[in-house]
Amino acid sequence: MRDQITLTVNGETELLEVESHRTLLQVLREDLDLTGTKDGCNSGECGACTVLFDGEPVNACLVLAVEADGHEVVTIEGLAQGGALDPLQRAFINRNAVQCGFCTPGMIISARALLGRNPRPSEMEIRQAIAGNLCRCTGYTRIVEAVESVVAQGH
Amino acid sequence: MKKFDYVKPKTLAEASAFMVEHDGEARLYAGGTDVLILMRGGFITPQYIVDIKEIPGLRDISFDETAGLNIGAATALNAVASSPIIREKFGLLAEAAETVGSYQVRNRATIGGNICNASPSADTVPALLVLGAMTWVFGGGGEKAIPLDAFLTGPGETVLGPGDILTSIQVPLPPAGNAYRYLKLGRVRAADLALVGVAVLGFPQVRNPSGYGFRIALGAVAPTPIRAPEAEAVLAESVDDEAVERAALAAMRTAKPISDVRASADYRSAMVRVLTRRGIKEVLQDLYQMSNAQ
Repeated sequence: MRDQITLTVNGETELLEVESHRTLLQVLREDLDLTGTKDGCNSGECGACTVLFDGEPVNACLVLAVEADGHEVVTIEGLAQGGALDPLQRAFINRNAVQCGFCTPGMIISARALLGRNPRPSEMEIRQAIAGNLCRCTGYTRIVEAVESVVAQGH
Repeated sequence: MKKFDYVKPKTLAEASAFMVEHDGEARLYAGGTDVLILMRGGFITPQYIVDIKEIPGLRDISFDETAGLNIGAATALNAVASSPIIREKFGLLAEAAETVGSYQVRNRATIGGNICNASPSADTVPALLVLGAMTWVFGGGGEKAIPLDAFLTGPGETVLGPGDILTSIQVPLPPAGNAYRYLKLGRVRAADLALVGVAVLGFPQVRNPSGYGFRIALGAVAPTPIRAPEAEAVLAESVDDEAVERAALAAMRTAKPISDVRASADYRSAMVRVLTRRGIKEVLQDLYQMSNAQ
């Protein structure tokens, strides 16, 4: 069953025809070439597929593309504004919070959403906010420090 | 995932009729965080996914002093956890809802889904059992109320028949001056299923020799989450240290855990005792502090 959907992705209106069984993750990566969002587990456990859905982080692997009709999606590609990196992106680079980079888009999306709802989170609040984003490389320390450095700068 | 059709009925009646007409080949769908996993694992193969979460009313949270709290079944767990009225008057439920999965999962997973998926380890259920929750089910053209403990019948099993839809959960006000804890043991402190979940609600109760009433529910250690009436009875008589130990032991004996990939039955059993003891002690601390503050 194919459906026509209209959704906003990173500020752009997209008209797509999608089959019911395809996920938002698949459509973002395969139909829109937005491969920053990753498929890590396809079961809502690793968070590598985290995107903002109407401003709130969700696992795109657990959203059917058809459900995105009429909604706003922001992926990692949509965070940089006018060519300038988001402060979190800069902090992750500066603080060496990126090793293989696979978890990074999802981490930054989760962190961006956290700072949107809580501009001054404690370390524990940061850790709880990224509890759904698994990293196999860094041990999380530098990731948490990167987020804290952005908090300290007042972003 | 096998292909399927996605339908989005506009009313409960339409959804219910569709489910009856396509009995055995359609699945109700709200947050999707359980259904999509079941489908990917090949455990269910519906030809129709019936998205009901935007049917009017299914995401409303309302409260009045007589009826208590009413939560639409399709309310996302983050909305449950952050609702001011739930945090203020039904804090145990907010605390339990916040332990499910991750923040991302909780933006989609719903309280109704947590109940209807009927996992023995469902986190909202021990809290709801202790709060005396009632489920409201639409089906056969009308609505009926079913107490939560009667609603769940086994792992993955509920009383819902073809065309039945859980529409809301009604929760009466807990006793005044209550304190509570939901303690969840996972393999990691980040997102995980409960190996053991213990919900404890304590409140001043002059009728009881101990001066307190307790309600305790255990999750992940029986085919469904269950109350621990023997433990509760111990605490009605006394809440001294020795009684707390006896209550924790009684809770352990009430539990009937199994061994699975996440933990052995013995470990779960031992942890029921530890978490129950801890939960009771922390609740008592809160109750004493509250009465000292008066």
